[in-house]
Amino acid sequence: MATFFGEVVVAPSRAGVDDEEWAEEAREETPEDREIRRELEKKREIDVLWTVKSGASTESTAGEPFACSKFIVAIGHNAAAFLSSFILDSVCWEVVGVVKLWNEWCRTSSTTTVLPTDSFCLFYRLISDPTVLLCQCSCYVAEDQQFQWLEKVFGCMRKEGLQVTILSTCPVADYKTQESTLTLPSPFLKALKTKEFKEQVCCPLLEQPNIVRDLPAA
Amino acid sequence: MFVPCDRGGGGSAGSDFKGFTLLMPAVSVGNVGQLAIDLVISTLDMTKVGYFYTDCLVPMVGNNPYATAEENSMELSINAEVYSLPSKKLVVLQIRSPFIKNKYRPFCQTLLSWVKSSKCARIVLLSSSHAYQCDDEQLLGTPLRYLLTPDLEKAVGGLMQELSWKEMEKVAAYPGINDTEKVLHIPGGGITKLLFTESCSKGIQMAVLLKFCSEGDNIPDAFALVSYLNEWLQLIKSEVNTSSQWKIPSSWRLLFGNGLPPALF
Repeated sequence: MATFFGEVVVAPSRAGVDDEEWAEEAREETPEDREIRRELEKKREIDVLWTVKSGASTESTAGEPFACSKFIVAIGHNAAAFLSSFILDSVCWEVVGVVKLWNEWCRTSSTTTVLPTDSFCLFYRLISDPTVLLCQCSCYVAEDQQFQWLEKVFGCMRKEGLQVTILSTCPVADYKTQESTLTLPSPFLKALKTKEFKEQVCCPLLEQPNIVRDLPAA
Repeated sequence: MFVPCDRGGGGSAGSDFKGFTLLMPAVSVGNVGQLAIDLVISTLDMTKVGYFYTDCLVPMVGNNPYATAEENSMELSINAEVYSLPSKKLVVLQIRSPFIKNKYRPFCQTLLSWVKSSKCARIVLLSSSHAYQCDDEQLLGTPLRYLLTPDLEKAVGGLMQELSWKEMEKVAAYPGINDTEKVLHIPGGGITKLLFTESCSKGIQMAVLLKFCSEGDNIPDAFALVSYLNEWLQLIKSEVNTSSQWKIPSSWRLLFGNGLPPALF
């Protein structure tokens, strides 16, 4: 692509296609490449740690998946703050787990005492009904870690009769609508639901062509 | 990888693709292949029969992109879904998000083994390539090209000659230094080259149909590519003004942003 100043630059593609990456991938891997890739993958692995009754953190072993009737996941700072302000308290809820991960944007630790400004991903359980689980995920889970997060977290719970609610926020500027977003009364709620969800939804459904991506979508 | 939808009446018939043609896009420059696939699914009113559960694509979800009315607008849609039209022995895969780094090869391998296990007869891949890489000869004449794996060449090579289609040219592996060694080069084509070379080596019948284009308003490119495809597969009756026969899906609304704030004027 030639710019106005006459120099030729490689235009970034909307399709996310990066030719250099392709060339790299197309080459056969040497044993050294494989080793480096494995080390990088290990660094980006997610660990889901569940606390046992004694309060000590322990690796999620290949134990029995636990029963779960309702799982509420809040993704992003706003959704996490909503739960902190309106739902969570130390009387009714107890911390039962934490996700430890690292990526270029953030790192979470295995500690369960966090500040609101930290990046964290914690699990809480309703003391009066231990099948109700809540997750506050204020850290950014990278593209290549989202599937892993999904498999490791949901892999720990029994899915029969499970109802999942995902809370998330998006910028109003990203909302596609006929009118300008300047005149839209905001904030506003939109929902997506699977056909198995039979209850009443508390707000309108998300209209085409709007979509949700990343961890909430996963 | 493939998870069938459970449709009460359809049952397992929805996932029987023996002898079918698999039509799919490459995530490539201008997203032309994906737009063309949208036109095919929307025009032929294809039924969703399942999806790919894969960690190779960025997750996304939304409501039915082919909705025509309130009633059918509430079905969830994700990043890799499969549609079928048994009357034309056609199964279509639509990909709606980019690949995750280092996942191109695993995706190609899983896809090709699914194609083999579901006994699809052949794959037709819709793709595109950077127009700025065209040489002088390519700039003249049609911007549409095709490629056939050796196994499909035997079956339909003659038909391509009749249609006067142009085969994708190979380029020098070391331009300027050694012009005799030629390789296939599809800049901006995403997984096109990888999938094509893998299909050649696995004896899979595959055709690639691609268009040279640039990023911008790629709707005309999508129409051109889908008409090109139709010359061969005859999915719809081709008349003089073919562009009016392809149905634009409702999800193409607002491709270039929202309405303007009245205060601007």
